[in-house]
Amino acid sequence: MSEARTVTHPGSPAGIGPGVFARYAVWIALAAILLLLPYVFSSRLALSTMSLMGTMIVFALSYNMLLGQAGLLSFGHAVFFGLGGFFTVHLLNMAGAGGWPVPLPLFPVIGALGGLFFGVLFGAISTRRAGTAFAMITLGIGELVASSALILRRFFGGEEGITTDRTDVLAFFGYSFGPQLQVYYLIAAWCFVCIALMYAITRTPFGRICNAVRDNPQRAAFIGYDTSAVRFIAFSLSGLFAGVAGGLSAINFEIMNAAQMGAAESGTVILMTYIGGVGNFAGPIIGAILVTWLQLMLSDATKIWPLYVGLLFIGMVMFAPGGIAGLLATQAPVLAARKLHRVLPYYLLALVPGIVAVIGLSVLIETAHQFSIRASYGSELTLYSVPFDVTSPLPWLAGLILAAAGTWLFLRAARLARDAYDDAVSGGREA
Amino acid sequence: MLEILIISTLNGILYGMLLFLMASGLTVIFSMMGVLNLAHASFYMLGAFFGFEISRRLGFWPALVIAPVLVGLIGMVVERYGLRRVHRHGHVAELLFTFGLTFIIKEVVEMVWGKLPADYRVPPSLDFSAFTLFASSYPAFKLFVLLISVAIFLALLAVIRYTRIGLIVQAALSHPGMVGMLGHNVDRIFMLVFGVGVGLAAVAGVIAGPILVTQSNMAGLLGPILFVVVVVGGLGSLGGALVASLLIGLVQTFAVAFNVSLADLFGNSAAAAVLSVWLSDIWRVTVAQVAPILPYLLLVLILIFRPRGLMGTRDT
Amino acid sequence: MSDAAAAPAIELAGLRKSFGAMEIIRGVDLAVREGERHAIIGPNGAGKSTLFHLISGHYRPSGGTIRLHGEDIAGMPPQLINRRGLSRSFQVTNIFPRLSVWENVRCATLWALGYRYSFWRDVDGLEDANRRTEEILAEIDLLDRRRTPAGVLTYGEQRALEIGLTIAGNADVLLLDEPTAGMSHAETERMVALIREVSEKRTLLMIEHDMRVVFDLADHISVLVYGGIIASDTPERIKANAAVQQAYLGTEAA
Repeated sequence: MSEARTVTHPGSPAGIGPGVFARYAVWIALAAILLLLPYVFSSRLALSTMSLMGTMIVFALSYNMLLGQAGLLSFGHAVFFGLGGFFTVHLLNMAGAGGWPVPLPLFPVIGALGGLFFGVLFGAISTRRAGTAFAMITLGIGELVASSALILRRFFGGEEGITTDRTDVLAFFGYSFGPQLQVYYLIAAWCFVCIALMYAITRTPFGRICNAVRDNPQRAAFIGYDTSAVRFIAFSLSGLFAGVAGGLSAINFEIMNAAQMGAAESGTVILMTYIGGVGNFAGPIIGAILVTWLQLMLSDATKIWPLYVGLLFIGMVMFAPGGIAGLLATQAPVLAARKLHRVLPYYLLALVPGIVAVIGLSVLIETAHQFSIRASYGSELTLYSVPFDVTSPLPWLAGLILAAAGTWLFLRAARLARDAYDDAVSGGREA
Repeated sequence: MLEILIISTLNGILYGMLLFLMASGLTVIFSMMGVLNLAHASFYMLGAFFGFEISRRLGFWPALVIAPVLVGLIGMVVERYGLRRVHRHGHVAELLFTFGLTFIIKEVVEMVWGKLPADYRVPPSLDFSAFTLFASSYPAFKLFVLLISVAIFLALLAVIRYTRIGLIVQAALSHPGMVGMLGHNVDRIFMLVFGVGVGLAAVAGVIAGPILVTQSNMAGLLGPILFVVVVVGGLGSLGGALVASLLIGLVQTFAVAFNVSLADLFGNSAAAAVLSVWLSDIWRVTVAQVAPILPYLLLVLILIFRPRGLMGTRDT
Repeated sequence: MSDAAAAPAIELAGLRKSFGAMEIIRGVDLAVREGERHAIIGPNGAGKSTLFHLISGHYRPSGGTIRLHGEDIAGMPPQLINRRGLSRSFQVTNIFPRLSVWENVRCATLWALGYRYSFWRDVDGLEDANRRTEEILAEIDLLDRRRTPAGVLTYGEQRALEIGLTIAGNADVLLLDEPTAGMSHAETERMVALIREVSEKRTLLMIEHDMRVVFDLADHISVLVYGGIIASDTPERIKANAAVQQAYLGTEAA
């Protein structure tokens, strides 16, 4: 019949051309990267960071099944993460005590089952409605479960949570999974499997109908589909994968705490998914890595790092709703027209004042913060290796000037960049 | 017993009226603009902290006027330069914007005032006992809060019933699309409505600050309850918001006051022996401990069985 | 013309719809025969779109019955009615804007081919779905736009896609709501040709304002005024009908 289809659907990784090898190249590359990362970043800290990122990638991807695929904004997604994790810790403890013949790598399945069970249970309630009502129900259920945690102390362990020992269970080919390196590979393997499965789901009839329901639920009904049923299945499946993430987290940290089911965690996954890019399969992966990295790196640099993440988030919502992946995707036509060298100089031109503006803003924020706590912490502050006294006008002025000048220059340069982009894109079609 | 009943009723109505002050703004904003302002409780928090700061320097009465106005102005700026821009990206983007706002406002509040409770005290002019009932005295400040809430409610009612802007708001509550088509400057009205809506929340913050704890987590504690109120009462219905506010206010207050557990209910019966094993975790749990969950249970039930809410005019 | 004794494709009896105190549809009786091309005309506000919403399941009737192939479908949700063979297009273009043209049509073929909610099969490997999608794209002449996101198409192309979505399933009764609205003369002619082609073996019920289209396509015309049918007859007799002339066509005889 016709040539191999290269229709780009929202999920395809950058619309690579036809050919079996090309289709599998991305997966081979991904597997290779996962295998080789510990050789590049081999410190203990790096390994545990990457393990955490692996968990968060699965979590964020599961959330995108709801938001990006089906258009459902949930404020209570951490519930499945948490419940999956709690079931896993309890079963780990039972397996360890009872000497069950189940090796550690199989335990995230428990998380999956827990997540699926509650996904079905809560999904039956939530997915009858859509839009704002759906968001409210998920908020309510999230609060409900989080509050119940303090009452059902046996299962949730109260404020301390439930601990476990992953080395207690049956060894897997001699591996006890005590060292972080082994845990990393366990998580990486599961992460790879989950990415592959979730990607595969986007390429099924169900996945496509999900997109249709997201785009136009009314029309979807008129092509024969019950929109509630579609949403229900999406919800249950996303609960399943969130549960896997919870199980991986339980194995990684050997503890599960009720706080991990709450509003803060639900909010974090929204941040990760949105900043990375909703509606693009790679988006949540990027977002999970970036936000986790920010959380770890920024928290060393400044006490008020959540504010920066929040500002980044709001900035994305206002100016780049496609997230980072979306921004990258807008460059695809430029790449296709091989005009990247034309626009790159302008992007760099805009980047410099942009960075200056961000620096200026951070100076203002940090100075303000130090100012408010100067009673207990003194008024000295070292920013970017420059010592300041926050009671003097100097840091305020410096911050203001940098931020204002940087922004003004950035806007001018951005306009030039946009013109260059338009030229490159439209010129490309004629060429 | 009677004493607890009366005091609890007063407290319940007090709490309910505070909730209504906030819920009224939220309902009107949602009905007119289609945006569920997730950051509404954050503006309440701003009101409390601004009230605290201004009280310290200028006194409580100036704070009562200045703080809400300040917050209202901030709200208008947020609407004009933030929400309006995000509007074209769709409902999800709007919700996410307000969600991001909660985050940012909380961080800024923590940055400026820290994480510990602020020492927001009842103003000395109102720091006396209004009356003594049986053995406990009821503070005058609480009575003042009650009276002010009722006064604002009546004023709101009057504005909505008898002024032109009130008429427009009424129309928008049930038919938001039409308002724009009637030729009113919708943008300006939206900005005003948003500003006044969050200003009302700020008033609640200023007067509730001394009674409830003024702390950076107060938005997170009260926020979800607020949505329960608005949804249970019915989006688009101010009357419903009032009923739901009072209902939830009373239920939560009574649950805490009447501290009963399943164990207490079943006493020493044979059934108790059996149930206490099966339901061991919840056996000893008192109603007070369960109280925080009750509103969410109500929310979920209402959204399943009666999505219109108690008195709503539209489906959510 | 099909056998008049066979059950009509669509049959409305005493159909009523009120919104609060306003009665929009006041007792409509209508029969659309199998294979017929039936047009509904009438002045604005007569309730034509409401009628379509009632038939396709968007609204519940306040009274009366709606029968599709003899089965009572009043009050059924839209997807169930669609599965029983009725498909509709919308006055305001109603497609899936972020999906490509290809995806749009393919999604519309899935249920009828039995793929339901399958989340375990590769959608690109479904031979029958892909073949059917090709056929439909060829029919609506959008083959070369298959990769374009539907939201970016021109107005005329979107209307054509709309028709494509309507026929992609196995619907044998088509409801078209003002298919040529807002179209230029050339576009209208193309649309009429397309409609004639797709309604060849199907039953067509359409709302139209463009009288040329109506008299060009329709075997049978019903006139809806203020929620009631004032005439239902062949085109020639409708043209000559005095009441219709007065209410709708104006005094100029065609």
